[in-house]
Amino acid sequence: MSINSAKGSAASIKWFSASNTLAAWVLALLWISPLLYMLWASLHTGSAAITFDLSEPISLDNFQQAWQMAPFTRYLINTFASVSILLIAQLLVCTLAGYALARVKFTGRNVVFVLILLQLMVMPEILISENYQFIAQLGAVDSYLGIALPYIASAFGIFLLRQTFKQMPQELHDAARIEGLGPLAILVKVYVPLAKPTYLAYALVSVSYHWNNFLWPLVITNTEASRPVTVGLALFGSPETGVDWGVLSAGTLIAIAPLLAIFLIFQRQFMQSFMTAGIK
Amino acid sequence: MRNFLFTSPWRRQPWVFAWLCLLPALTLLGAFTYLPVINSIFSSFFSSTGSGSTLYTGFDNVHYLADDPVFIKALTNNAWYALFTVPTSVILALTMALWVNQKLKGRSFLRLGFFLPTLLPMVAAANVWLFFYEPNIGLLNRFLSVFGINGYNWLGDPDTSLGALMMLTIWKEAGFFMIFYLAALQSLPSDLIEAARLESPSRWYRFRKVVMPLLAPTTLFVLINALINAFKLVDHLFILTKGGPNNASTLLLYYIYETAFSYLDQPYAATQTLFLLAVLALVSALQFALSRNKVHYQ
Amino acid sequence: MLTLRKWLCGTVLSVSACSVNAATELTMYYPVAVGGPLTEVVDGMIEKFEGQHPDISVNAIYAGNYNDARIKALAALKGGEPVQTSVLFSIDMLELKDMGVIRPFDDFVKTPEDKAWLNSFYPALMENGQSEQKTWGVPFQRSTIVMYYNKDAFRAAGLDPEKPPTTWQALRKTAAKLVKKNSAAEVERWGLMIPSTGYPYWMFGALTKQNGERLMSADGTQVNFNSPGTVEALQFWLDLSNKDQVMPKGTIEWGTLRQNFLEQKTAMMWHSTGNLTAVLKNATFDVGVAQLPGNIEQGSPTGGGNFYLFRNGSEQEQQAAFELIKFMTSPEQSAQWSKTTGYVGVSSAAYDTESLIDYTKKVPQALVARDQLEHATAELATYQAGRVRKMLDDAIQSALIGQQPPKAALDSAQAQAERVLRKHRS
Repeated sequence: MSINSAKGSAASIKWFSASNTLAAWVLALLWISPLLYMLWASLHTGSAAITFDLSEPISLDNFQQAWQMAPFTRYLINTFASVSILLIAQLLVCTLAGYALARVKFTGRNVVFVLILLQLMVMPEILISENYQFIAQLGAVDSYLGIALPYIASAFGIFLLRQTFKQMPQELHDAARIEGLGPLAILVKVYVPLAKPTYLAYALVSVSYHWNNFLWPLVITNTEASRPVTVGLALFGSPETGVDWGVLSAGTLIAIAPLLAIFLIFQRQFMQSFMTAGIK
Repeated sequence: MRNFLFTSPWRRQPWVFAWLCLLPALTLLGAFTYLPVINSIFSSFFSSTGSGSTLYTGFDNVHYLADDPVFIKALTNNAWYALFTVPTSVILALTMALWVNQKLKGRSFLRLGFFLPTLLPMVAAANVWLFFYEPNIGLLNRFLSVFGINGYNWLGDPDTSLGALMMLTIWKEAGFFMIFYLAALQSLPSDLIEAARLESPSRWYRFRKVVMPLLAPTTLFVLINALINAFKLVDHLFILTKGGPNNASTLLLYYIYETAFSYLDQPYAATQTLFLLAVLALVSALQFALSRNKVHYQ
Repeated sequence: MLTLRKWLCGTVLSVSACSVNAATELTMYYPVAVGGPLTEVVDGMIEKFEGQHPDISVNAIYAGNYNDARIKALAALKGGEPVQTSVLFSIDMLELKDMGVIRPFDDFVKTPEDKAWLNSFYPALMENGQSEQKTWGVPFQRSTIVMYYNKDAFRAAGLDPEKPPTTWQALRKTAAKLVKKNSAAEVERWGLMIPSTGYPYWMFGALTKQNGERLMSADGTQVNFNSPGTVEALQFWLDLSNKDQVMPKGTIEWGTLRQNFLEQKTAMMWHSTGNLTAVLKNATFDVGVAQLPGNIEQGSPTGGGNFYLFRNGSEQEQQAAFELIKFMTSPEQSAQWSKTTGYVGVSSAAYDTESLIDYTKKVPQALVARDQLEHATAELATYQAGRVRKMLDDAIQSALIGQQPPKAALDSAQAQAERVLRKHRS
């Protein structure tokens, strides 16, 4: 390779990386612009929230008003509690099922697996009214348990864990067995630690989905005792109320602030553990 | 040795252990999926007369479905919606991940910027975007007017309302899927990449022939998730368009919700549900069949 | 099941949802469809009621908007939860009755006082609550559509701010004068906005009444979507944006309209009286409120929520629920509710209370809705109300966005509604 052409390619690489960076920045700015707009609106009252006039004074009135209008702390606690209860239950149930499907031979295994996969396509949302009646019979309306129950047996989780467990070397399993471990002990001591990446990926999907979930909690919750933040926000800012844009922005920011803070503080750890874990 | 293994109580009857492991999952699935689905099948053959009693109507609901223009509209809308949002969010996610994986200036800002929309509940995001799209006071039209472009009634025009919903979906999802790609990129074996670098100087070639195949499992994971979301995430419709104007932006699950809870017609909602299930099963089966050869999951 | 509930009460649920120890325990759901911290107002009223009836305790549960509240109430009734009364959409009456979940008030009205109470409501507010000579719903949070207008804009355009338009022709002319354009001939302020998302049929109910038409028969089994007068009303709506160009084209969002008015993007808007308090509080200009203009006659549909009594719970509980409803709709409470929300006081006695007399002296705009009641008509309510409403909504929107001419759109809505309603005629 001649020196000249190397120089030429170095220049083109430089140009490529500059435009590359620019493109990345443009997209990122585009991506956060709605959020910046919301921040602007939340700090300005009345019509100043809508017009961009830099001379308008910044005020925290909206936050104060939003805070008084809805019990956001309560909503957040509810969301946090129901999402955590659900995730723990999901991990438990799905691990057991995934393990049985991956590593135990028994008649009917394939039928069961297909049956479970079927649920991958059935969203609990479309069975809302049926599920409500059952939850009501259990007396679990308006409780964290009621919010969580229909989602605990997650086909997606079972599927994911089955695949992960299946990929693990059979030798490990055999070695543990030789040491005298029963199947349950093998699961806990060998499989679960090795499946950490899968657990992380699944936890992220589950938490983000249920943090956002709206339709089901809307129907199943009645009071501040269990109403999660999505439903709270919708009630607070439902278009029927002819919402005030500034107050609504402030309310939304209050609602996402804790999650945002957690993410900012633990960003490095979160990304690192996620990356070193990886999903394959 | 053989004897020793048999001491485990489950060893002789592994199926007992297996069924015990599966018991909680199957019980819950039975209660919240299979029974309701069977109930749906049953009730789609009946019609609620209102006064509490039900009437056997056979395939009436199925016929009604076939010439319900709103349902057809919801179906085609949903197909377009999936066809556009799924590939776009996945490609964007991959691009974002590739960017953030390089040593670009302000990498952590970029990563945060892409990821932030994910933190917003869909309902909250829709509230924000409602004012974003507002034709008279909204940010988008005021931004466009700087360039002398006339404002548009984004949500109130049948030509743009579905597109406006798609934009929000992509905005919300791309950064989320980026995380999965990023994790996969970070765990690519570096010696393999190095070897490929020696083999060919073309970035595009390396990306296509080496990186993409290695990312295939992630792509499948992300695709399944995106596709499921395209059918089950309708929260934003409640706030932005309510499916309008004149059903221009209605989606299947939203219409099912309307049928069940606004029209109080559970049997017809059940028929639609079944149809949606069939469609989704078909799509997933197809996807699995296609990807089986490429992705070695087992 | 009861034990699970108890266990949940002790562990997962907060105390407020479970601990009540009165002789009779009532649960009611209520929706709130206008802004403001109205839950506090309701809680205050309930507290007063409990003070007067120490043996009754009430769980008043805020249940979101009207649709959410109905979903919850029906799901709760189906699931066997104890709910004795709720505030639900007044137009749901026929369906609720058809489903057999509500009881007529006539079962409880026995004494002369009770009869006087039942007769005290404004007749226009009772239209959506009566069927087959019985009363199934009594008015609570009721509204009509009024015209809000920007008096400052009127002055700037050389119009008399005390003389808002009272006819369609005057409305056209006034609105045209109020349109403000910038140097590039782009509209900066529209003359008028009538919302066409959310509840298009409701706004249309006003236009048709003004044109001398009713959208449905009193028994809710016939609709009149495509008579010449009805088509003309939709044509008028469409002309406002297409011919007169005083209103933006396409649909106008119900939820953001108030903000548009406050931002002076429109000089006039038609909206629910339920918005009155919020508009007056946030406007930076002089706000006028007027009755809607008329063509053949004046008119607006009523709207909002009624109290219903469910066929659920013991006779004693239902009697207690009846007492609660009587209390909540009494002149003093209605006056209080009207003052804090802008909803119409439900009886003339409410407007004779000292608190409302004082308030309307300060805020005369609050009287417009009451005065308009004499021109009011029932809101669109039929059997299969949700579906029939949606048919009309779709037709209105398709005409407004130019997909179909008004006549064709309404013809198709009529045909669809016919198909659905036919089986409800006996």
